[in-house]
Amino acid sequence: MVSSYFKELFDRANQGRLAYFFVIAHIFAGTYLVYTQPRSNLAFLVLITSFLSLYFFRTSSRFKLVAGVVLALVIVPIVGVRNIFYLEVIFQIAVFAALALGLNIVVGFAGLLDLGYVAFYAVGAYLWAFFGSQQFYVLHFAPGTQPSDLPFLLPGDTFYMFILVGIIVAGVTGIILGLPVLRLRGDYLAIVTLGFGEVIRVLANNLDKPLNFTNGPQGITPIQRPTMPDMVVDWFNGIFGGVVGHDVSPANLYNLMFYLYALIMIIVIIFVTRRLNDSKIGRAWTAVREDETAAIAQGIPLVRMKLTAFAVGASFAGAMGVLLAASRTFISPESFSFMQSIGVLSMVILGGAGSIPGVILGAATVTILNLQVLQGFSLYLNELRQSDAVIPIINFAWKDLSTQLDPAKYQRLLFGLILILMMIFRPAGLIPASRRKRELDRDETK
Amino acid sequence: MKQFLKRINFYELVRPVGQMLTFSVGSAVCMSVIAVVLALILDQTYIGADIMEKYRVTLFTYTMINLPQVVIDGLTIGFVYAAIALGYTMVYGVLEFINFAHSEIFAVGAFVGVEFLIALGSAGVLSGASLPMAYAYLTLAIFLGMLAAGGLAVTVERVAYRPLRGASRLVPLISAIGVSFLLQDVIRLVEGVTTGQFNRIFPTFGNFDARIIFGKLAMGASKITMGISVKSIIVIVSAVLMLVALNYLVNATRIGKAIRAVAQDRSTASLMGINVNRIISLTFLVGGLLGGAAGVLYALKFTRIDPFVGFFPGLKAFTAAVLGGIGNMTGALLGGIVLGMLETFAGSYMGVFTMGAAGSEYKDIFAFSILILVLIFRPQGLMGKHVGQKA
Repeated sequence: MVSSYFKELFDRANQGRLAYFFVIAHIFAGTYLVYTQPRSNLAFLVLITSFLSLYFFRTSSRFKLVAGVVLALVIVPIVGVRNIFYLEVIFQIAVFAALALGLNIVVGFAGLLDLGYVAFYAVGAYLWAFFGSQQFYVLHFAPGTQPSDLPFLLPGDTFYMFILVGIIVAGVTGIILGLPVLRLRGDYLAIVTLGFGEVIRVLANNLDKPLNFTNGPQGITPIQRPTMPDMVVDWFNGIFGGVVGHDVSPANLYNLMFYLYALIMIIVIIFVTRRLNDSKIGRAWTAVREDETAAIAQGIPLVRMKLTAFAVGASFAGAMGVLLAASRTFISPESFSFMQSIGVLSMVILGGAGSIPGVILGAATVTILNLQVLQGFSLYLNELRQSDAVIPIINFAWKDLSTQLDPAKYQRLLFGLILILMMIFRPAGLIPASRRKRELDRDETK
Repeated sequence: MKQFLKRINFYELVRPVGQMLTFSVGSAVCMSVIAVVLALILDQTYIGADIMEKYRVTLFTYTMINLPQVVIDGLTIGFVYAAIALGYTMVYGVLEFINFAHSEIFAVGAFVGVEFLIALGSAGVLSGASLPMAYAYLTLAIFLGMLAAGGLAVTVERVAYRPLRGASRLVPLISAIGVSFLLQDVIRLVEGVTTGQFNRIFPTFGNFDARIIFGKLAMGASKITMGISVKSIIVIVSAVLMLVALNYLVNATRIGKAIRAVAQDRSTASLMGINVNRIISLTFLVGGLLGGAAGVLYALKFTRIDPFVGFFPGLKAFTAAVLGGIGNMTGALLGGIVLGMLETFAGSYMGVFTMGAAGSEYKDIFAFSILILVLIFRPQGLMGKHVGQKA
């Protein structure tokens, strides 16, 4: 077996000092490659995968912590501001990782299939979009007819308060939706949440009359960001200007700031998730997931436990929505389609439902596939179209290929394949949750 | 001949027709009464005055003028929903599993039928076709759509569902969602590579766009035109034929008996010598055939299709199946007709009744509201029996 051979090789490298050496070498190699070739996707992949070797090699937890902090807070941001596309990629990875971690509570821990998860994300996003823009004064204007000199309703710094408000509002929405439907069996719940996701999207699309709340399909813009003092910009350029090679503009620094906020959110979510999972509630979730009837027999309040999972997952999505609205300064119903929900679900399933490192890995993999592999393929096809190349045997000229064929838009294919293949070949995910892993090991020894 | 006639179970041929008639007339009458009463009430408020000012008619007259067309549209779409809903309900009855990819099976049927007709059109066959030939081509298109969709349904079951049988409930459901997404993009890919277009238009031929006018009814100053388009008649008639055939298959043949046995208890059925896997495949085939035909009929009725055309009809058909009581075939029929009616009535009158605040743009989410209400108040559906969850 090839795989067992690799495992043996890995185990031999994964001992004592050698493990430290490999991790450091990987990080340095990645940093060096990206630094010398800022445009290469492959170099970026080498750097990003160093998180993986940090996770898999057996090193002391203090080393892991320090290396992780240096990677996430120093190396990745500097690489990001040198090539702004990387910053976008890592920002999206962070946002989707946070969303996937939130959905993981619902799907992975409590075993409830939520197909309308981005609805809560939309609730958060539209909340800040309404209060953090001029939309309040546009209420009586049809989309596109508002005067241009309107004031903002709230100052940008209330953003921080609205993260809390977003958590509460999305959580309450989750409870209101969950109360009637959580009594239902799992597959009905899936369809109802799907319907709810569509309802929110249609509402966002159509609530531009009779009062203009959402500005319809055009979306709301501009949305305010929290202020950033000039001091921070000067300070950043003073320290890192030499390494970056040019002065970083405030706009790019904003992207960096939102990346850091997303990281903070991830840490908070991981902390809360782990504490919850180790508590009585977490054990109740596991029981409900494995066998509802047995859980009831053990005296677990079924609906209340499901509702908790639903509300906790929803509130994280709400907070991320507020963050998204502020970081993009523009939102429209497009961003909250059913496909997004399935995208987040495929991240959870790919990584391993119930497993925190797995879900983060899933989010990173799907986002990179989406943003780098599919788009890279698109660019390659475009180059082929412009060339005179011909497919040999069938004698088909590449330039005759329809321009409609753009792999970057084939995300559904990607998500669909991930879901089917994972369900058939590895339902526990790439990094199975520890409990699942124990079960799988026990099955093998039998 | 006599022997053959003796074998036919006429009761099972007449019963579904009677059911369909009852359901159609019943839901049409109910909805019409509600709409008319609402109109009469709202006439007293300033909504009525507003209509009076704009169109110089009372709200009551406005409602009455549109009523025949609304009822017919509702019936047409209702029968399409019923045909799709039967696919969901049969699979659910046998496997207790929501075949999420059924909406894409429907879309594939629509695409195969329409592409066939477009190919005929570009070959120049359609434009000069006589009326019988036009109907023959349409029938052929429906058959091709059925074959493609049925074959696809069986393949999907074999590849993506069968390996997962026996896993926990959510596993095949997630796989089905994956299949649904995959198929949407596969349709898009195939259409993109071969034709370069994602939106396909049902070609115009034959007399399908014509309207048959029965007569006019005087209604105050204006007149109500009583008419029906040929398309709607074709859709309704073919749907009725298919539903009768399906009912006969399930309730009056040996195969149908096997399907019912598997639905009731899979392991016991297999002890009785029924090949369970073959029956499950057959169920998917029948569901796919119906879905494919519904796809072509849908394309005939609404003319334009795109790779995502299956999503909303699929969801609504699922709603219809739940509304009628999932797993119950008569229920799916009732649910489809009722849902089609409700939706068409809401789409046509909500805009006027609320003075444009909430119009037909909410038509698509109307079905979901019904779904949620049904699930809260009567989760077993209108006709379903209450069954406990199988452990």
